[in-house]
Amino acid sequence: MAERTVATRAQEKGSSSHEETRSQERYITPPVDIYETTNGLVVTADLPGVAKAGLDVRVENNLLTIRGKAAHAAPGGPVYREYGLVNFFRQFELNDKVDQSKISAELKNGVLTLNLPKAEEAKPRKIEVKA
Amino acid sequence: MAEWNSFADVEALRREIGRAFEDFGFDQGQPHRVAFLPGREPRRYPLVNLLEDKDNIYIEALTPGVDPQSINLNALQNRLTLAGEKSGIPGDIKPEAFHRNERASGKFVRTIDLPVEIDETAIEAEYKNGLLVVTLPKAEKAKPKQISVKIA
Repeated sequence: MAERTVATRAQEKGSSSHEETRSQERYITPPVDIYETTNGLVVTADLPGVAKAGLDVRVENNLLTIRGKAAHAAPGGPVYREYGLVNFFRQFELNDKVDQSKISAELKNGVLTLNLPKAEEAKPRKIEVKA
Repeated sequence: MAEWNSFADVEALRREIGRAFEDFGFDQGQPHRVAFLPGREPRRYPLVNLLEDKDNIYIEALTPGVDPQSINLNALQNRLTLAGEKSGIPGDIKPEAFHRNERASGKFVRTIDLPVEIDETAIEAEYKNGLLVVTLPKAEKAKPKQISVKIA
């Protein structure tokens, strides 16, 4: 699974129908784990502060895009800050071995879990040897 | 012959990466933008923001993937200790099955010194969307008092 970085996004989006800039918004690249199971790939991403409504996961042209809008939960005025919550953005290129129609997503405790099942033809097959 | 210093090399690499991020506009303005990639090296975890209003101090901690049941909060005078455990990749996944492993996991503990005295009996904590918000009411004697001026 190849990663698309934010930096290359401008060129990738060349075919977009409307004008897009990202100067107004800043993005954090969320840390992810990607691992393979017998059924497919599992992608987990840390997205603290992102509610279900603020999360946008889509697959277009073999490109998986994770986009999240984070919101602070605490009231009051800042005294001491160690982090700023802005938006999350990360893209991955999928290959044909992923069945893109069966991708499922779950958001729990600020962690997004994506299940990307392998396409039938990509699953390992045991070949019976005839005597 | 100069001694090879692996730490200096790592530090140089870190600066290089830091610069690369700055070039893309990551590190301007707000502090520690990407710094909550947790626990890969010894550093403060979880990262916290401290907020206040007239009656309360609020601590907002970045704790994605932490089971709320595992969070343990302790307050003593003006110190708050946060402890918990962040779950990682399930144990039955073999290392060779990883494509990426950027999210650290494990147990953590952090003690925060608060700027004012708090009322330890009325602390509340809420966990939502990977953020832990602890509301600590200020002690009665630490609250600002309005003094009215009498006209003689």
